[in-house]
Amino acid sequence: MGVLFDNLDLWGQALGNTLLLFLAGGAIALVLGTIVGAMRVSPVPIARAVGTIYVNIVRNTPLTLIFFFFAFGYPQLLPSPGFTVLAMWALGIYTATYVAEVIRAGINTVPVGQAEAARAIGLPFGQVMTLIVLPQAFRSVVPPMMSVFIALLKNTTVAAGFSVMELGVIRAYLSERGENALVVLLWVAAIFVVLVLLLSLLQRRLENSWRIAR
Amino acid sequence: MRRTRILAGASIAAVAALALTACNSGSPTSPGGDGGDTGDVLPWTVATDVTLDGSPTFENITDRGKVVIGVKEDQPGLGYLDVTTGERTGFDVDIARWIAASLGFDEDGIEFKAIASANREQSIVNGDIDYYVGTYSITDKRKQQIDFAGPYFITGQGLLVRADEDAIASEADLDENTTVCSATGSTPIQNIRENFPGVPTTEFDLYSACVEALLNGDVDAVTTDQAILIGYAAQQPDKLKVVGEPFTEERYGVGLMKGDDVLRAHINQLFTDGGDIWQAIFDRNLGDSGIQVTQPAVDAY
Repeated sequence: MGVLFDNLDLWGQALGNTLLLFLAGGAIALVLGTIVGAMRVSPVPIARAVGTIYVNIVRNTPLTLIFFFFAFGYPQLLPSPGFTVLAMWALGIYTATYVAEVIRAGINTVPVGQAEAARAIGLPFGQVMTLIVLPQAFRSVVPPMMSVFIALLKNTTVAAGFSVMELGVIRAYLSERGENALVVLLWVAAIFVVLVLLLSLLQRRLENSWRIAR
Repeated sequence: MRRTRILAGASIAAVAALALTACNSGSPTSPGGDGGDTGDVLPWTVATDVTLDGSPTFENITDRGKVVIGVKEDQPGLGYLDVTTGERTGFDVDIARWIAASLGFDEDGIEFKAIASANREQSIVNGDIDYYVGTYSITDKRKQQIDFAGPYFITGQGLLVRADEDAIASEADLDENTTVCSATGSTPIQNIRENFPGVPTTEFDLYSACVEALLNGDVDAVTTDQAILIGYAAQQPDKLKVVGEPFTEERYGVGLMKGDDVLRAHINQLFTDGGDIWQAIFDRNLGDSGIQVTQPAVDAY
């Protein structure tokens, strides 16, 4: 307990930054992923091609390399907004590919007749997606989507190597303050378990309230 | 059809592997070190018939037949590994060799392990290394987990800037426009964050990454112990310079397993008796840097 309470300043800052990376990265991933997922099933060949290329290139690149680009390559091209903001984008852009694929799987669960009926009453592709298909797709992919976000939460620790003060860094700090590294790591693990349990709780609630009668 | 394709794939892989090994054999390597120091005479002599009754570390060393020493390898002048020759040099490394020699082990009986700052206590507690010599500051908190022999060197936190930098002459010039870099979680970076609020900080695993960022212009200053910074400045004097006076006091010790008082007393005695050897080690590693240091008295707590 001493490890926790003697260093509350660092733990608070680290936890705050981890949550910030998670929430901001998650928001970017959700928005971008939904757009890319929709692009991959769109009738426009160029949109499909762009979506496919994006998903296949970014998803097949290790997250560390994406971080490497954002931390060292991006500031050479454009003025850097700071490592924390760059880390949010790295996480968001990387996770968006997984979100896109999950959403595409969800879209495939929506019966074709739904989209055909929507087209038959004259809705354009955008409205078919936003009004008919995506709402149903989201409901059927809550569990895999939450797994993607749990992975995102744990991936935030990669930012430790790129000058972002979050839970992945705290061991280095506390070992300089003379704390036992293993005890620190156990606390970090415990915090992540609690956070993931909260996400699981959210998942259960969404599953119950969004259940579709089929 | 399918088989030929697999064969083709396998042969491409084989050719690639051969090409890679060919590249590797091009660079000269001398594993294990070749005595390390070509030409000049070592200031210390290897002891014979050493006995240290009641030292668990020394027991481990004799059982194993060699000494395992934790060091740094990216700090020129202190603890440095030349990757092309495999040769380790530096003040700390020589201190480590001197201690090994006092235990009866020459260069062939030493295995060096590079251990990052954040992992030092754990490596000593776990017994991965027998002792650690690598810019290891003696602090009371660390003494709760391990023991220190020494100090064998005293320095303090300093600043390294680009040679053409005029705006930063000392720590008083640090402000919100000057980004300071140091190793992740290290004491110097914690000091900056606490005592210089508002100064932006950047952290990488290794000091060498910070120096790289400084040369690129991504950061404006690198901070850590001045002795380390002087090593970098000496390596590239036309690009880097050390400014200001040390603004903290760091006392470097040899990290040991907690409770091994026999070995600690042995090393402290070695430092106390070996003033000439200490001076010789200092001169051959840091003598050209221009810093003036006298050997500190050991703190035999």
